[in-house]
Amino acid sequence: MHEWALAEAIIYTVTEIAEREGFREILSVNVKVGELQQVDLETIKFALTQLKRGKLEKAEFKVETVKAKLKCRICGEIWDFDKDKLDEEVAEAIHFVPEVAHSFIKCPKCSAQDFEFMEGRRMYIESVGGIR
Amino acid sequence: MFDPRITVLEHRLSQVNNIFAVSSGKGGVGKSVIASVLALILARKGFKVGLMDLDFTSPSTHLILGVKDIFPKEKEGIVPPTVYGIKFMSIVYFSKDKALSLRGQDFSDSFLEILAITRWGNLDYLILDMPPGINDATLDVVRFMKRVKFIIVTTPSLLSFSTVKKLLDSLHTSKVEVLGIIENMKIENSSSIREHVKGTRFLGEIPFDPQLEKCFGEVRELLSTEISRKLEKIVDKIIYQNV
Repeated sequence: MHEWALAEAIIYTVTEIAEREGFREILSVNVKVGELQQVDLETIKFALTQLKRGKLEKAEFKVETVKAKLKCRICGEIWDFDKDKLDEEVAEAIHFVPEVAHSFIKCPKCSAQDFEFMEGRRMYIESVGGIR
Repeated sequence: MFDPRITVLEHRLSQVNNIFAVSSGKGGVGKSVIASVLALILARKGFKVGLMDLDFTSPSTHLILGVKDIFPKEKEGIVPPTVYGIKFMSIVYFSKDKALSLRGQDFSDSFLEILAITRWGNLDYLILDMPPGINDATLDVVRFMKRVKFIIVTTPSLLSFSTVKKLLDSLHTSKVEVLGIIENMKIENSSSIREHVKGTRFLGEIPFDPQLEKCFGEVRELLSTEISRKLEKIVDKIIYQNV
């Protein structure tokens, strides 16, 4: 349940934002999750509802996946991450630490492992709304 | 946009009493051996100890300790496996010991990701095996682990020590505490490095041991080397400050 740890990170961060920006109550939180992390959305949403309290009690969490795009730094090729092309153990490793993709994924055009994650790498909180 | 990993990192380390980073200006000076043996000695003394290999592109503490075929347990995050009394975390669990080339931001993302999900629990000491030089790992450790204290390793070579001086300057500028300098791989009975160390505690010398290679992966033998005996005295100096 690695998702539980990520949900905790969201709760800690939103709580800190609420304090810092003077919210009395948080009503909405938009979270984006990179496809590379292969997070189970239902699990993370469940964890968020279990963990929310205090100023976050009434918060609605919207969690969406962002498609992962990779770009080769050598030849410029852009391609989509495809979990189905990976064996289960590798997919799991990337789920925990997406950067280890550099050990297993190659540019489909030139086979280089020097590529960047254009989008869909990690989780971030896009916006927070509530009553000040 | 807010990165939740940064906020949670402090919580994940909240039950860790001491964080020691074993670092140097150059590679090949014995940091990983010293970090591993330091962790083993502290564990043998009865402390709760964690060891994290932060040399993501060239990890070696798993080889020194003979760690293989284990993986962290998933429990509301990941719990590092315990080996020889040490909670041990390394990127090799995920990279499967394959080549891993990381540019700056990739290193920082891996660093934050692992620390955001790792549940160390209660530790007396967390030992960090650093990659050589003043690089992303040093900058991230200083930025995100405010309580970190550095142990600097050099060889008797003035080339090694010249890079250590730069590292010390950088750490002093960042107001990071340095516990002291260890002179490793001492071959002859000169006191050159000790004489050159100014303003930083000289923790001691460790002799070069040509037989050390045979002890890698064999913890009991590793702990019976002269290196371990010398390091034990250094550990006493560090944890009981005035020894």
